[in-house]
Amino acid sequence: MKQLSYWKRGEKVSLRDAFGRVLVSMAARRQDFYLFDADVAGGTGAKPFVSDYPERTLQFGIAEQNMMAAAGGFADSGLIPIVTTFAAFGTMRAHEQFRTAIAYPERNVKLCCSHLGLDVGPDGATAQMLEDLAIMRSIPNVTVIVPADANQLMSAFAALLDWQGPVYMRIGRSPAPVLSDGATAFQIGRADRLREGHDLTLIACGVMVAKALEAAEQLAEEGISARVVNLSTIKPLDRDELLSAARETGAIVTAEDHSVLGGMGSAVAELLIQEIPVPVTMVGVQDQFGKSGEPDELAEKFGLTAQTLVKAARAVLLKKEGRK
Amino acid sequence: METIEEMARQVRCLTIEGIYHARSGHPGGSLSIADILAVLYFDQMQVDPSDEKNPDRDRLVLSKGHACPALYAALALKGFFPVDEVKGLRKIDHFLEGHPHVTIPGVDAPSGSLGMGLSQGLGMALAARCAKRSYHTYVILGDGDMQEGNTWEALMSAPHHRLDNLTAIFDSNGLQGDASVATQMGFEPVRPKLEAFGWKVEEVDGHNLEELKEALTSARTDVDQPVFILARTIKGKGVGFMENQQVWHGSSTLTDEQYRQALTALGDIQ
Repeated sequence: MKQLSYWKRGEKVSLRDAFGRVLVSMAARRQDFYLFDADVAGGTGAKPFVSDYPERTLQFGIAEQNMMAAAGGFADSGLIPIVTTFAAFGTMRAHEQFRTAIAYPERNVKLCCSHLGLDVGPDGATAQMLEDLAIMRSIPNVTVIVPADANQLMSAFAALLDWQGPVYMRIGRSPAPVLSDGATAFQIGRADRLREGHDLTLIACGVMVAKALEAAEQLAEEGISARVVNLSTIKPLDRDELLSAARETGAIVTAEDHSVLGGMGSAVAELLIQEIPVPVTMVGVQDQFGKSGEPDELAEKFGLTAQTLVKAARAVLLKKEGRK
Repeated sequence: METIEEMARQVRCLTIEGIYHARSGHPGGSLSIADILAVLYFDQMQVDPSDEKNPDRDRLVLSKGHACPALYAALALKGFFPVDEVKGLRKIDHFLEGHPHVTIPGVDAPSGSLGMGLSQGLGMALAARCAKRSYHTYVILGDGDMQEGNTWEALMSAPHHRLDNLTAIFDSNGLQGDASVATQMGFEPVRPKLEAFGWKVEEVDGHNLEELKEALTSARTDVDQPVFILARTIKGKGVGFMENQQVWHGSSTLTDEQYRQALTALGDIQ
């Protein structure tokens, strides 16, 4: 039996490669999941599974609505469909099928999508899915997961196979730094505090987690103590960790490769405004479509950098001070 | 055991009961599938209300979910819940939702948004193959379903996957929400389109129980391709003043007089 083999801290690995690896590793351990593909296994990272397990791959061609509703019917058997496509098709083209044929009856379907955020790069705005978190987290019964690195994606996938009910998971594209050595148990609904701090908290998900850690380093040089939280489950939220951050640091900066409308930052703000209203600054894409370019160029252009987070941290601290 | 004809009559009566008490619902398209449901539940399908979730049971997806008053009637008559419950249709605190939901005993799939039913049935049929189970999956489609793009994706996909354990039954009554199908978005001729997609097509009179039985029986044993039963039906069938009247598509409130008239026509009131 193949063991899950993790990457070393500091390596740069595409989450798509991790997805392919974990699919194959888990397939040897359990027989109960099937891959649903819409002719994009090369893009989602599922290719190694398709090669090794053709009899457990169901091909739908470029017809995502059919694939999604079929996954709903398929799950009725107790077998688990792992539905894979690009996020734009999985969360928009087939949105209603996901909502009504999967989420409403609480069917055990795992939707794992690649091609999200500005991280998509040169393909441009049509594929750069900046609205998926807003769309998916607003549907009842749905769990939403955004892994931050390759190792976390593998642990998250193993965890979601054991989770009963519909799950949406993002799979990043460009090589991202591995943040931890080896296996870290992934608990759905638990945020990870990656760095202690008391002046403010940087709450990040996906590719922005590494940038938040970098920003915290820079802030430390200015004498600002920033806590860093990896909020890898957008729904359900880790209320305890978020409320502790608000209570103990009094200022929040959120960071996501997603629109600031309705995404992770909004989810955090919705909780805090009702429980512990502290100043929140949201870093993300500002109600715009993306465009072509390399991911790092786009991050620069749209303000998804460590430097933007440092500025946002200074700004939120001014608001916090102004309240005293 | 009552005859299938009698079961179809009772499905129609309970359909009228439900819609009358709900003060809304879709009588026309419910009455047009009453005979299809009666043949399925009382002749063809292997389902057991006392073992509701048996993994080997046959499945039914009512893609035209608005016709659920007839489905609920058939399920009640089959024994999934007491027949009196149909009077709770669409009411707050009652389990009979205005469109099918899987929390309702005997309901296999949510529907009500047209176009998603055939795909769900296709998924169930694929799962039967993967799990090595021999159940059969039926999907009832309406005219509106045939206009949805999702249905055509499924029509393309089922023959590709050679799903001979899947049968689609098209309730072709020719009338939709606001006008006739021919006016709104005609898609005839259906048969050559479906045959070109790889389906085996059987055209029947959707109110002729013998024709329905024969077509459904051979659909279960046909191999290598899915079967599409093109059932020509009459909207509102069985209640004279509703027959072929687009106005009875829904969402209809029946007056006391219309309610009595309908039940009289169906032979429930002498």
